[in-house]
Amino acid sequence: MKAFRLLRRNFEHGVHPAHHKGQTEDLPIQRVPFVQDYVMPLGQHIGVPARSVVAVGERVRRGQLIAEPGGFVSTGLHSPVTGTISEIGDFRGVDGRFAPAIGIEADPFATQQVDAGEAIDWQSLSLEDFITAVQMAGIVGMGGAAFPAHVKLSVPDGVKIRHLLINGAECEPFLTTDHRLMLERPEALLEGAEIMRQKLGAEETVIGVEVNKPDAIKIIRQHIQPGQPVRIVPLKVKYPQGAEKMMIKSVFDKEVPAGQLPRDVEVNVNNVGTIVAIADYFLRGMPLIERVVTVAGPGVTYPANLIVPLGTPVREVVRFCGGLKPGTREIIMGGPMMGRPIASLDVPILKGCSGVLVFTEAQTAGRKEYPCISCGRCLEACPYFLNPSRLARLSKARMFDEMKQHHVFDCVECGCCTFACPSNIPIVQLIRTAKDDLAHRKESEE
Amino acid sequence: MKKQDPDLLLFHAPLLRQGMTTPKAMRDVLYALVPATAASMWFFGLSAVLVLGSCIVGAVLAEWIFAERQARGESLRDASGILTGLLLGLTLPPGLPLWMAFLGGFVGIGLGKVIWGGLGHNLFNPALLGRAFLLATFPIAMTTWVQPTGDSGFFSIYPGNLALPFMQAQIDGITSATPLGMMKFEHDVTPLTNLVFGNVSGSLGETSGLLLLLGGIYLFLRRDLDWRIPVSILLTVAIFSTCLTLVDATRFPTPLFSVFSGGLLLGALYMATDPVTSPVTPRGAWIFGIGVGVLVILIRVFGGLPEGVMYAILLMNAATPLIDRYTQPRVFGRGAGAK
Repeated sequence: MKAFRLLRRNFEHGVHPAHHKGQTEDLPIQRVPFVQDYVMPLGQHIGVPARSVVAVGERVRRGQLIAEPGGFVSTGLHSPVTGTISEIGDFRGVDGRFAPAIGIEADPFATQQVDAGEAIDWQSLSLEDFITAVQMAGIVGMGGAAFPAHVKLSVPDGVKIRHLLINGAECEPFLTTDHRLMLERPEALLEGAEIMRQKLGAEETVIGVEVNKPDAIKIIRQHIQPGQPVRIVPLKVKYPQGAEKMMIKSVFDKEVPAGQLPRDVEVNVNNVGTIVAIADYFLRGMPLIERVVTVAGPGVTYPANLIVPLGTPVREVVRFCGGLKPGTREIIMGGPMMGRPIASLDVPILKGCSGVLVFTEAQTAGRKEYPCISCGRCLEACPYFLNPSRLARLSKARMFDEMKQHHVFDCVECGCCTFACPSNIPIVQLIRTAKDDLAHRKESEE
Repeated sequence: MKKQDPDLLLFHAPLLRQGMTTPKAMRDVLYALVPATAASMWFFGLSAVLVLGSCIVGAVLAEWIFAERQARGESLRDASGILTGLLLGLTLPPGLPLWMAFLGGFVGIGLGKVIWGGLGHNLFNPALLGRAFLLATFPIAMTTWVQPTGDSGFFSIYPGNLALPFMQAQIDGITSATPLGMMKFEHDVTPLTNLVFGNVSGSLGETSGLLLLLGGIYLFLRRDLDWRIPVSILLTVAIFSTCLTLVDATRFPTPLFSVFSGGLLLGALYMATDPVTSPVTPRGAWIFGIGVGVLVILIRVFGGLPEGVMYAILLMNAATPLIDRYTQPRVFGRGAGAK
């Protein structure tokens, strides 16, 4: 039975949105030219914001540390350009709130070469030093969550990691960054994987890729050295295949217990982009100062896959892609299922931003909400087997405490329920509202 | 430069949706009922058109009258009122006085849906509630069955249809027992082919099993119906009546007769599957279906009525919230199976 389920390479439930990847999947990654002004928010990862170590007017080099970790769950921040610190203060963030950030003005005469550029002898580093190095390099989960990578590496005593799982599912429609990275930098991916695997003491590396990227699967297979403990697992195309607990279920047929982490089932999961960033830092000395971003959607003139220096305003990225088409109604940072809408073109590209998607009327036309008819489509969509219909009803009645009994905190907000709902009920939003309320009340009680 | 920025909306993700909407799902059920409705008109002529029409008018009028002023007309757009009227009409005898049909539609929506808070909030299937009301109020008219019009042509109307409100309904013409009635009271078995193709006496929509199944398959393909419910109902009925046949083949109907006679297919495919009044969980759907199946046979075989689909579904409707509560799926990563 178990062998049979392994053959299926699948998790249960989930949804099948159209891919929309054709716009950019065949476009090689291009570099975006440098622009004048950059904004580096200090809190662009999950956890404590970084602490600035520069002063206004100070000259910084590309790749130089400009903010140090503000705590353990925090990472370093590096200047994406050579230039001058123009401002340290509050800037408008992606969520619309003001948040502390460092403004940098690029030096128009600089060559913008990375000065660092020296490989690090990672093999001789102790595990603690390795973890600190990853933290200082500013490496976070590049899939979208922006969770500091080094935290996942710090495994408590007695916990053994047996499998390093590399997430190349890229199940969000439109996005093609991981796809292009796997195609164009398979060596870096496998090098980074080897570094991570050895440091974690894992037995093997498993790369999970959805079968709609056969070219990526082929290229990585070709680059695997004989004897290298790497295997690539083609996965069924289904959203959210790239959610780490779903992928673990698909690849190893293990359920990560609620409230626990992948390490509790001996797995460490990292996104393709994160692994490439590890390789770039330890083999080429380049900290996390740029990332690959897919710019796509029906409102973009020339869709593209771009290497964008962090802190580049979305406005400049969009301009490089030929600007917005008339009729643009909404811009999403990240994927269309879980991304966040931005209110202004002035917000910068962050470490966790995998895409800039521009949508027009067709995707955003006011959808009339109908009453819930208990059709059960959301139950059949929810990969966590929650009852979204019940949760939405409870949230509308503001019965947030009851929602806890229905495991509202197990919800990862993947959006499957809302996607599936024929009555256009904003289920995820209702769940988020409840979670926020519960979290705030807990905070004020403490 | 700022001025040229488009005004950006901030709709929350997910921005993508599958194409189905609730009104579309309702309309799908209407389309699925087209063959069976056409068949009822074929068999019962103009009377069918009039009875179905009266029910729909009653249902839609109730929906319109009781709607809030601002929302008037809005609630009609989701087609659920029309669907309730049509479903009710299909459960009625072809010779029913039209004013009763109208009243049934009106009460079905009024008491069955609007007072609960409208679409999505009702506990009982509105069409069946309307029928239960009619059966309780006008028991004679509701159990007076007629033969299909046959040779007398499309435009012949059953005289009962035109009875005036609250006058003594003229029940004459050629009345005839339904296959279930004949089975129950006279042990007279109707041939299966008649049941399948529909040339039998009975309510408007319950005559042709084949066309009802056809519509059910359409709904299944469109994923508008939870297949577990009809499958579990029909299987339960078939298995239960097989057991009974083994006990005494002369007294009890055969499984195929049980499945194709009366309103079972209509109820199992179109009424028990009403998402609002059936369990939302997969396990709940099985329990619900088995419950309906058992009740149908119990009422048909041991009850005082020849047909029990309506009460079986209504009783299980009442149990639905409880079933839902106790059949919540196991949450990912919790309980047995985690790790």
